[in-house]
Amino acid sequence: MNPSDIARRIEDRIPGASARVEGAEAHFSAVVTAPGFEGKSRVEQHRMIYDLFRDEMARQEIHALALTTRTPTEWEKERRQHEG
Amino acid sequence: MEGPDILEMIKKEIAANPIVLFTKGTADMPMCGFSARTIAVFKEIGRPFKTVDILPDPRIRQVLSAHSNWPTVPQVFIDGQFIGGCDIVTEMYEKGELKPIVEKAFRK
Repeated sequence: MNPSDIARRIEDRIPGASARVEGAEAHFSAVVTAPGFEGKSRVEQHRMIYDLFRDEMARQEIHALALTTRTPTEWEKERRQHEG
Repeated sequence: MEGPDILEMIKKEIAANPIVLFTKGTADMPMCGFSARTIAVFKEIGRPFKTVDILPDPRIRQVLSAHSNWPTVPQVFIDGQFIGGCDIVTEMYEKGELKPIVEKAFRK
C-alpha cells in the first residue's frame, strides 16, 4: 500500500473524512479529521481507522500507522490557536 | 506457556500494576521507536511502571491485541484501563492529561 491508497480508503469509508497520509515501506502516519469522531474518545477514533486496515496490519503490509485524529471542531480550534 | 496462560499473564500484569506498558524490548533497551517514545514519557512522569516485552513470544502480541482490540504495540494500561498507544499517550502527555490519571492510579 502507498500513502494515497491509505488516504483513499479512509476517505471512502468514513463519511466526510479528510486524510493526509505520509510514509513508505509499511510505516505510515496519518492525520484524519471526520465529523464522525465527534463524541468519541481518542481510542475509539483510532479504532475506527485501524479497523479499515485490519487485514493489512495482520499481514504486516502496514507495520506502523501513527494516527492523529481530530473532529472538525477541534481542528478549527487548533488552527485558530496556531494563527493566534 | 500455552495460549490461555498468556491471556492470564496479561490480565494478571494489568491487574497487579498501576501502570503497565506492553512494548517491543525492555525499558532499558526498547527495540522500536514507538515503544522507546512511550517509555520516555513514563520515565518523565517519574512513577514506577511495569514493562512487558512482547518480543520473546509472538503469541503475546496476538493474544494482547485480541484482548484489547488494538492492533499495534506499544499498549498502555493505567489502573486496569486501556489508555492507548504511542500517539494517544504522547498527545495526552503534551496536553497535561496523562499525569493526573497516573497520580490518581497511585492514590489508591
